[in-house]
Amino acid sequence: MMKSNLLKLQQVEAYIGQFHILYDITFEVPKGEVTVLLGRNGAGKTTTLRTVMGLNPASKGSITFKEQEISSLKPHMIANRGIGYVPEDQGIFGDLTVGENIRVAMKKEDQVTTKRMEWALELFPDLKKFWNKPGGQLSGGQKQMLAIARAYVNENELLLIDEPSKGLAPIIVEKVMESIQQMKERTTILLVEQNFLMASRIGDQFYIIDDGQTVHDGQMGELKEDKVLMKKYLGIS
Amino acid sequence: MNLRSIERSTWIYIAIALLLFIVPFIVTGRSMQFILIQIFIFGIFAMSYDLLLGFTGIISFGHVMFFGIGAYSTAISLDRFDSTIPALLLGVVLALVIAAIVSFIVGILTLRLKSHFYAMLTLALAGLFLVAAEKWRSLSGGNDGFTFRLPELIRDSQSQYFLCLVSLIFIFFGLRRLTKSPFGKVLMSIRENEQRTESLGYTVLHYKVIASVVSGVIASFAGVLYIISLRFVNTSVFATDLTIDVLLMTIIGGVGTLIGPIIGAGLVEFAHHWLSGLSDVHWIFERWIILYGTVYILVVIFFPLGIVGTIQAKLFGRTVTKGLKDNKSKVS
Repeated sequence: MMKSNLLKLQQVEAYIGQFHILYDITFEVPKGEVTVLLGRNGAGKTTTLRTVMGLNPASKGSITFKEQEISSLKPHMIANRGIGYVPEDQGIFGDLTVGENIRVAMKKEDQVTTKRMEWALELFPDLKKFWNKPGGQLSGGQKQMLAIARAYVNENELLLIDEPSKGLAPIIVEKVMESIQQMKERTTILLVEQNFLMASRIGDQFYIIDDGQTVHDGQMGELKEDKVLMKKYLGIS
Repeated sequence: MNLRSIERSTWIYIAIALLLFIVPFIVTGRSMQFILIQIFIFGIFAMSYDLLLGFTGIISFGHVMFFGIGAYSTAISLDRFDSTIPALLLGVVLALVIAAIVSFIVGILTLRLKSHFYAMLTLALAGLFLVAAEKWRSLSGGNDGFTFRLPELIRDSQSQYFLCLVSLIFIFFGLRRLTKSPFGKVLMSIRENEQRTESLGYTVLHYKVIASVVSGVIASFAGVLYIISLRFVNTSVFATDLTIDVLLMTIIGGVGTLIGPIIGAGLVEFAHHWLSGLSDVHWIFERWIILYGTVYILVVIFFPLGIVGTIQAKLFGRTVTKGLKDNKSKVS
C-alpha cells in the first residue's frame, strides 16, 4: 500500500538576502516515517527546513502540507497547521525556566498536550529534574532535549529537527538519538543530520542535497551499501 | 486563596507598601512628601517603560509622548470645565483613550519592522506633539503653559500622596501578574528570540502591539498623576529629557524586573534633590547632571543588569540573556 505524503516540496527555490541558496529542492515526506536530509556543510539543508517553516520564504516552487499549499504562509500559521520545528541553535529562551519554555510552546493546555508533556518528561528525566532552572543554564545536551520536548508537546503531525547531534558529546548524542527513535513511533520526522551513522540508524528514507538541489534519494538501507554515492556527496569512505 | 501559595517576595512588597502608608504621618514635611510623590509617579512611568524594554525588547525614544498626552488631557479638562471629580475623570478617560489609540497606531505601523523603526517613529511623534503643544497656544498655553485648580478631594499633598501610592501599588501588582502570566512569558520569549516565538505559532505582532498599548496607557496615567501633583502644565511634559530620565531609571534599577525601575526612580529623584541642594557647598553641584552621568556610567560598569538585576543574578543565578544583552548595547 502506498503511504500518503504529509509534506511535499516541488522545485523549491529560495534566497537569503541576495544570495540564491536553494535552486531545485524536490522531496516528499511520507506519513509515519523519518526522512533524512543529508549533504555537506553549506549544501542548503538548514535553509530547506527554514523555508518549509516560512522563516525563509520560497521564491519559487510549491510546498504542500497535508495537500495544502503553505509556501506563502507566515511562520506562525505554518506552526499552527501542525509543524513543529527544532532549530539548529535550539532556540531556547534562556531567561525562562524549563517549565516555562515548555508551557510557552504549548498552544493549549488540555489532556492531550498534558499527556504529551508527561511522555516527553519521561523520555527526558533531566527536564523534570531541572524544571525550575532557567533554560540558559542548561548544558548543551539538556538544551537539545528541551528543544525537542518543546516541539513535541503540541499535537504536531510533523517535526522538523535540524542537526540534533551538533556540538554534543557522543554519549549525549546517543541519548538524543534514542529519544528521536522513540518519537518516531508517534510522529513523522524530517531530520537534518550530519552524523551519518546516527542518521542511518533512525532514518527510513533519505534525500541528498548538494549545492541547493536534491540530487539523490532512496531508502536508507540502500545508501549504506552505495560507497560511491557516500563518498561523492557526503565525503564518507 | 491559599496564603501559603503567595510568594515570599509578594509578602515583602506588601510589607513595604504598608510602611509607605504610614510615612506621611511620620514625615510631615511637604518637600519630602513631594519627593516621594514624584518617585511614585516616575516609578509608574519607568515600569511602563520596563514592560516595553525589559519584557518585550522594544526600544522607545519617545515614550514621553504618552506621559505628555496624559498630562495635557487632564490639565485641559480641569481647566475648561469646573475643577470637579467628573472633570478629572473625563480628563483621565481622555488621556487613556488617546494614549491607547496613538500607541496602537504606532505599534501597528512599526512593530512589524525592525525595532529601531519603533524607536524612531516614537521619537518623531514625541517631537510632533511637542511642537503642537508649543504652537497650539489657545489649547495648551504654549511654552508658558497654564495653571489649573484641582478638585477639593485631592488638593492637599497627603491625599495626593495616597492617590499616587495606591496607583503605584495597583499598577505594580497588575504588571507583575501580567508578566508572570502566560502572556508575559510570550513577551519574554519575543524579547529573547522573536523568530523562534513566531515559529512556535504565536502572532508576534499582536503581542508586541498589546504590550505597546498597555505601556502607553500606563505612561499616560503617570502623566495624569504628575500634572495633579504640579497643578501646572507646560510643554516640558513632552521633552525628550524625560524619556532619557525614565530610560536611566529603568537601566539603573534593573531592566525586566519591575521593582528595579521603582528603585531607579527613587535613586534618581533623591540624587536630583540632594545634589541640587548641595549647590551652596560647591558650584559643581549646580551642574548635578555631570555627577548624575558619572553615577550612571559607574552603574553600567559595576551593575550591568541594574541594581535589582545584579542582586537577582548573585542570589538566584539569573542569566543575562542574548535579548537583554542586545538591548543593553542598543540603549547604553
